[in-house]
Amino acid sequence: MLQLECPVCGVLADETELVPGGEAHLQRAGPDSTDDAFADYLFTRANPRGVHFERWCHVYGCGKWFHAARDTATLEVFGTYSAQTTAPPDDIVAAIRARRPEWEGPA
Amino acid sequence: MSTRLATGGTRIDRSQRLGFTWDGQPLQGFAGDTLASALLANNQVLVGRSFKYHRPRGVVAAGPEEPNALVGLGTGGSFEPNARATTTALADGMLVASQNAWPGLAHDVGVVNGWLSRFLRAGFYYKTFLWPRAFWKRLYEPAIRRAAGLGRAPDRADADRYEYLYLHADVLVAGGGIAGLAAAREAAQAGLRVLLIEQEACWGGRAATDGVTVDGKPAADWVAGTVAELQAMETVTLRLRTTVTGVHDHGFVTALEAADAGPRQRLWRIRARHIVAATGAIERPLPFAQNDRPGVMLAGAVRDYAVHYAVSPGDRTVVVTNNDDAYRTAIALREAGLTVPAILDARLRVEGALPERARAMGIPIKPGHAVAGSVGRGRVEGVAVCVQAGEGAVLETIPCEAVAMSGGWSPTVHLWSQAGGKLRWDAAQLLFRPDPARPPIGADGAAIVTAAGAANGVLPAGDCLEDGVAAGRAAAKALGAKPQTGKAATAAAPEEAPIEAVWCMPQGAPPALRDKIWLDFQNDVTMSDVALAAREGYESVEHAKRYTTLGMATDQGKLSNIGGLAVLAEARGATIPEIGTTTFRPPFTPVTLGAIGGEARGALFKPTRKTAMDGWHDANGAVWEPVADWRRPFCYRKPGETVDQAVAREVRNTRRNLGILDASTLGKILVTGPDAGRFVDTLYTNRMSTLKPGRCRYGLMCNENGFLFDDGVVARIDDHSFLCHTTSGGSDHVHAWMEEWLQTEWWDWQVYTANLTEQFAQIAVVGPQARAVLEALGGIDLSADALPFMGWTEGTLAGIPARVFRISFSGELSFEIAVPAAHGQALWDRLMAAGAAHAIAPYGTEALHIMRAEKGFIMIGDETDGTVTPQDLGLDWAVSKKKDDFLGKRAQARADLTRPDRWRLVGLQTLDPRTRLPDGAHAVDGTVLPTGIRRTIGRVTSTYMSPTLDRSIALGLVERGPERIGEVIRFADGRGHIEARIVDPVFYDPQGERQNG
Ligand SMILES: [Zn+2]
Repeated sequence: MLQLECPVCGVLADETELVPGGEAHLQRAGPDSTDDAFADYLFTRANPRGVHFERWCHVYGCGKWFHAARDTATLEVFGTYSAQTTAPPDDIVAAIRARRPEWEGPA
Repeated sequence: MSTRLATGGTRIDRSQRLGFTWDGQPLQGFAGDTLASALLANNQVLVGRSFKYHRPRGVVAAGPEEPNALVGLGTGGSFEPNARATTTALADGMLVASQNAWPGLAHDVGVVNGWLSRFLRAGFYYKTFLWPRAFWKRLYEPAIRRAAGLGRAPDRADADRYEYLYLHADVLVAGGGIAGLAAAREAAQAGLRVLLIEQEACWGGRAATDGVTVDGKPAADWVAGTVAELQAMETVTLRLRTTVTGVHDHGFVTALEAADAGPRQRLWRIRARHIVAATGAIERPLPFAQNDRPGVMLAGAVRDYAVHYAVSPGDRTVVVTNNDDAYRTAIALREAGLTVPAILDARLRVEGALPERARAMGIPIKPGHAVAGSVGRGRVEGVAVCVQAGEGAVLETIPCEAVAMSGGWSPTVHLWSQAGGKLRWDAAQLLFRPDPARPPIGADGAAIVTAAGAANGVLPAGDCLEDGVAAGRAAAKALGAKPQTGKAATAAAPEEAPIEAVWCMPQGAPPALRDKIWLDFQNDVTMSDVALAAREGYESVEHAKRYTTLGMATDQGKLSNIGGLAVLAEARGATIPEIGTTTFRPPFTPVTLGAIGGEARGALFKPTRKTAMDGWHDANGAVWEPVADWRRPFCYRKPGETVDQAVAREVRNTRRNLGILDASTLGKILVTGPDAGRFVDTLYTNRMSTLKPGRCRYGLMCNENGFLFDDGVVARIDDHSFLCHTTSGGSDHVHAWMEEWLQTEWWDWQVYTANLTEQFAQIAVVGPQARAVLEALGGIDLSADALPFMGWTEGTLAGIPARVFRISFSGELSFEIAVPAAHGQALWDRLMAAGAAHAIAPYGTEALHIMRAEKGFIMIGDETDGTVTPQDLGLDWAVSKKKDDFLGKRAQARADLTRPDRWRLVGLQTLDPRTRLPDGAHAVDGTVLPTGIRRTIGRVTSTYMSPTLDRSIALGLVERGPERIGEVIRFADGRGHIEARIVDPVFYDPQGERQNG
């Protein structure tokens, strides 16, 4: 059972307190988007074996959404951070690079 | 025969006799016995039947690896199937039944003879029953169903209680042998909180039984001293008869405790910062012909039964081995006064300290010899001896009552592997052991498990303790604590000579013998089965496992795994490490469903949400219906009424006179803040921001796929605030939906939401007399001029602060009154009293649904299923064309959602007004698709007998439906059809004159 620290309330939460929300940092395609761009937004998701950025909600806790940087294969957690960002913050990127020097960086 | 010895038994208390029954036969054992030791003490050597061939099976092991001795325990609501006799403590009055045999253990009609067994080879599940097809239904399936499964399922609800227990520790030590005790002690001395868990009923593991000394004294003394020391420490928790069943992601640990008092079992949910796996090792059987005969046991188990429980497996026990450890069994039996006619050692050179001791005791040792097969009718009566280097020519037959076999030991690496740790092959010891370079890791990437002792591949008893000390110190260091550095206790045991590989006995055994060499005793998988799987191309260990069912029994391959790998390796000309192991998955031993459920059963499984008026409904004939987590009255039955009659009465009374509905379950979410208008415009398909305070508007919510998922009336409270009503089942989801967008997309918008659903009781007062009864209560001007349709007002009604919404879901004159929940029952009572003069009567959800269907109002979950758009439902009028954006807008412009032939909402009237269309029935147009199925052109979404119209009505989604008004289409109904005419979905009062009154 995964444990993630909620960056909003500071609780180290068990997976059963959380709901997953899929890939983080998706950009919403609005009414003027092309069919392809909109279909991408609706349906296309990264599914890496390795470093991944995810949305989680501390639903049985403070009720707030946050982001987690995680390795999908080893389940290592590089850090959790505010959902109110459009890209992983520098300290998270640095934490990943420290443990994954070969990582190509955020998409 | 197997009997109880007159003296001895380190774990039994001969002063406490315990009575139990075995298949109805009364037997006796002692306190401290396991069920298996008590059965053996009573000469019950035959304890079960194998799964596939129903061959007789005896106790093989003395621990959780036991594949055969599975029994049914107890009776009625306390019946438990598939309990392992080897790990079940004997209790007075215990009812024990054998399994998998009919009519009885001794005479099982299911025994598969040699001829038929040819058809049950590897892959029989996949091959045998394919042809002829007609046989499947009539012959194979019923036969398999009767034979399938181990044990029988309990036939009633579990009468016992189970509970969860949560525990946090710095270090969890799994296993209370000398390695585990040493590790726990080191960690505790470093100041850490330690949890030490042992699956057996006593501490110390094998050390005392195997003649280990610590600092020159018997291991038992050191064990007792260390346990006392740990028990005296406040930071240490110790538990016996508790099995660590799994190490899961991020080091979450589950353990199952067989509780002595209170609940029957406890499921421990443990978070430890570090885990020491000191889980010991499991002995391997030897692969010789007829090694599955009752009386053939693991050598370590024979020793355990003799030393711990004073059980003699028979006067004469032949020991067969490829290692030195089995000599301990021969020595122990001899010390108990029993005979060991021979030790058949497959190795040519036998010269270790233990063999020397056995030789000195006069036990005949036959180096280079092997078992060509066990002999006997049912149980073992002797072994046929051959040379290991040969092909099984029988040299002599030695009469005996038992065979003690040892193929070496496999470290119990389950916990290490479950958590993701990797293994390496130790060619000297012929075993897989944890690879310290690739440990299981936690969230921070650091190792979370340290293996210790035999589980770490450190088999020599003398080295086990030292490895435990090192593991405890390493765990402490990993957690930043300061471990001791001094010299710890040292254990000593006789030196052991190396093991030799024996993956087939004798090594040149011909197919006739290999057919009878069992690898998996429970699932009946032989050496030939695995070899056949390899020949047929199932070379991957994971494929071969599933094809042959090797290792898929309840013991999960604890005994059979390595033997199967060796056969695959031989067949492929590869080495064992090249083959690799199958995946180790939790649980280590089976966990009962009762323990997994814990207290969450019955009424405690999920709380029922109840409205403020729940008690009144219950006292007034409510027939309950679950609605999301709520319970709501489906209808209120009067004496002598059927449910249908009650529903029809409620509909008629509401349309003619006055109905009252508890609408409290409707979701009520307050959206407030300077950007609230902009936000509700984005959530709803229509424009809400233009709504004036005091007015209401019906709104639709779509997801980004453009599909409708919730609806409800929005009331503008003030400039900054909207009260959003949702469906009863949708309030939590809609609130979460709002929060998700506010937190993750438009976090710069100043909007706050609050789910007020349970803070208000809401009562719908519906029908021609609705205004009259509210005026009788007094306090608020509810005239049509003061409060027009789709308006709301607030004030004091009958002295209770209230908001009154003039909205209608029935098509009648209707007011919904929201009051603080604590006043709900008081208002209900006042309305019932004042309404008596107007024939007021409560109505339930079914009348509500019928009245909305009569009006053609859609219901989320009936007319919608996650693939339906507002446009499909003819709700285009509630979808803004002018707004730049709202959730779902872009999707609704996609080609598939604008297709002209989409299924759209219509009314349906059966040609026979007495016939009601079945719910969900599909309309067919008579053509057949290339796939052979009939083309469907629509389906029924709601269907009722309408008391108002005195005929059946239905709503449905039909291809190009609104263009086909008047057309008659056919709905499939079993083998026949029902004809229905497509009509306008509004069946009643299409002009809406009644609600506007
Ligand atoms: Zn939180």
